[in-house]
Amino acid sequence: MPNSKKHFILFIALLVSLVLLFFVNISLGSVTIPNEEIIKGIFSQKMNKESWEIILYNFRLPKAFTAILVGMALSISGLLMQTLFRNPLAGPYVLGLSSGASLGVAFVILGAGILPSFLSDLFLTSYGIVVASGLGSALVLMAVLLVSKKLKDTMAILIVGLMFGSFTSAIVSVLTYFSTAEQLQKFTFWSLGSLANLSWNEVSLLALLTFIGLSISFLVIKPLDALLLGEKYASSLGINFKRTRILIIIATSILAGSITAFVGPIAFIGLAVPHMARLIFQTSNHFTLFWSTILLGAIILLFCDIIAQLPGSDLTLPINAITSMIGAPIVIWLLVRKRSFN
Amino acid sequence: MQKKVLHTTNLTIGYKNKSNTTTIAKNLNINLPAGKLIGLIGANGIGKSTLLKTITGILKPLEGKVFMNEKSIEDFKPEDLSKELSIVLTEHLPPSNLTVYEIVALGRQPYTNWLGKLTSEDKNKIDEAISLTEINSFQHKKHYEISDGQLQKTLIARALAQDTNLIILDEPTTHLDLVHKVTLLKLLQKLTHETGKTILYSTHDIDLAIQLCDEMIVITENEILQNQPCKLIEDGVFNTIFKNENIQFDASHGKFNIK
Repeated sequence: MPNSKKHFILFIALLVSLVLLFFVNISLGSVTIPNEEIIKGIFSQKMNKESWEIILYNFRLPKAFTAILVGMALSISGLLMQTLFRNPLAGPYVLGLSSGASLGVAFVILGAGILPSFLSDLFLTSYGIVVASGLGSALVLMAVLLVSKKLKDTMAILIVGLMFGSFTSAIVSVLTYFSTAEQLQKFTFWSLGSLANLSWNEVSLLALLTFIGLSISFLVIKPLDALLLGEKYASSLGINFKRTRILIIIATSILAGSITAFVGPIAFIGLAVPHMARLIFQTSNHFTLFWSTILLGAIILLFCDIIAQLPGSDLTLPINAITSMIGAPIVIWLLVRKRSFN
Repeated sequence: MQKKVLHTTNLTIGYKNKSNTTTIAKNLNINLPAGKLIGLIGANGIGKSTLLKTITGILKPLEGKVFMNEKSIEDFKPEDLSKELSIVLTEHLPPSNLTVYEIVALGRQPYTNWLGKLTSEDKNKIDEAISLTEINSFQHKKHYEISDGQLQKTLIARALAQDTNLIILDEPTTHLDLVHKVTLLKLLQKLTHETGKTILYSTHDIDLAIQLCDEMIVITENEILQNQPCKLIEDGVFNTIFKNENIQFDASHGKFNIK
């Protein structure tokens, strides 16, 4: 088919853009480092200044890798959700996973005053926030899983996910009401999302979790294709729907849960990137979509991060604001362009 | 004795939830012989869809059993059943970018590897299904760009590609005009006779079914009857389908008249 040749060229183009954006991403920042020095640094040669090495190895590279991991993980979880719920507006947010994570973090940051001081000190370390956020999304996930056992209808699970979202954000609102300005600021910073400040250890752990989540997703590529025809056709094709659904939910919660834990809630990536992949590749085949979504997710997040750094200035904008500013118009444009949202 | 593809023994169909059980029909004994086009008719709400759901394994029978090639369908693994039985439903497809060709290709899923990669044998089967149903001209269009009639043919081609002995269709002619109804049913008739497959379909177009089916299954409130259409006419079965004084069956012309 001529399609495969077109897809091959597109994949090459995406790979090239990924490498280019990765390079642009690490060469920009508040401190100017010449491009040749960056290249030297990448190939682990001595750079001219020791401070440049510190900036490159300890700040820019981990941040760029985090951006790539976040982009891949959130986009794939969006792809899984959209096919499972046969709903173009589904994403990790819809299942309430991000809200669950926010709830966990809100309890730790905003509720710190309520806890005994030795506990609150323990929780307020960066790993404490990660654990709290992970626990929060796992809790919501288990609740959704429990409900999904009772409800056979996938649309119902979608609504339950939305309800969990509303419920948790209500609790967060109550908590903000009782917290100090300082706590509020801290929570707001977390909820704006940040790709920076991850150590290599944290990046490796995030990479491992992302790899596990992506591997599980890869296993359900064939059932996902069958699900494009709806649950009944999929079952008649010999697909074990229950097993597929559980695998998808586990993969999504690992991907979205761990990302939210480390970098905060990042909006619209999970929703918008799979649509961009479908638009560019003009296909619903999940094998193609899997790889194109992964690449596009990484590219988009690197791009958003470049904008967030505001090239030529010392300021850094919150990444969540950038992804929303880029993602929301894309979704609206998609909706307007195609009534049926194919 | 004719070779039978599927039969049921004292089947009771209906829905069951925690608090109560709704029985829709009892003691159903049907028998689908190989290589025949069989029409399933009955008034709305009499249990046609429930029966189809039960014999395709979507619903569990309340009592009795469904046998596929003399083996109870409960004992089939889903992937093995999918090689024996394929379905065509009335419901709309969820939104996607699938092309006609890709939909037909999904019929090969029971035979492909864990990634769903198509072998040359799979591709042959797909091409065969596409040419049998004569959908070549629009095979690279997206499924939302084609008409209802073309979509029905596509879904039938998908079922053919699944390469099963039995194909079950739930009201395949519902959204079609007369020309497309006849074309579609003629296609089903041709498929049974050319490929030796058994096709069971439910319908409200009784007069068309009488003319085209090899056998018919008629569900009435009191009983379930299965025979050749002409025998069913002789027995006066069609007058018992609708309990309405305004409709009468004209046996000499094989159609319903309105008084």
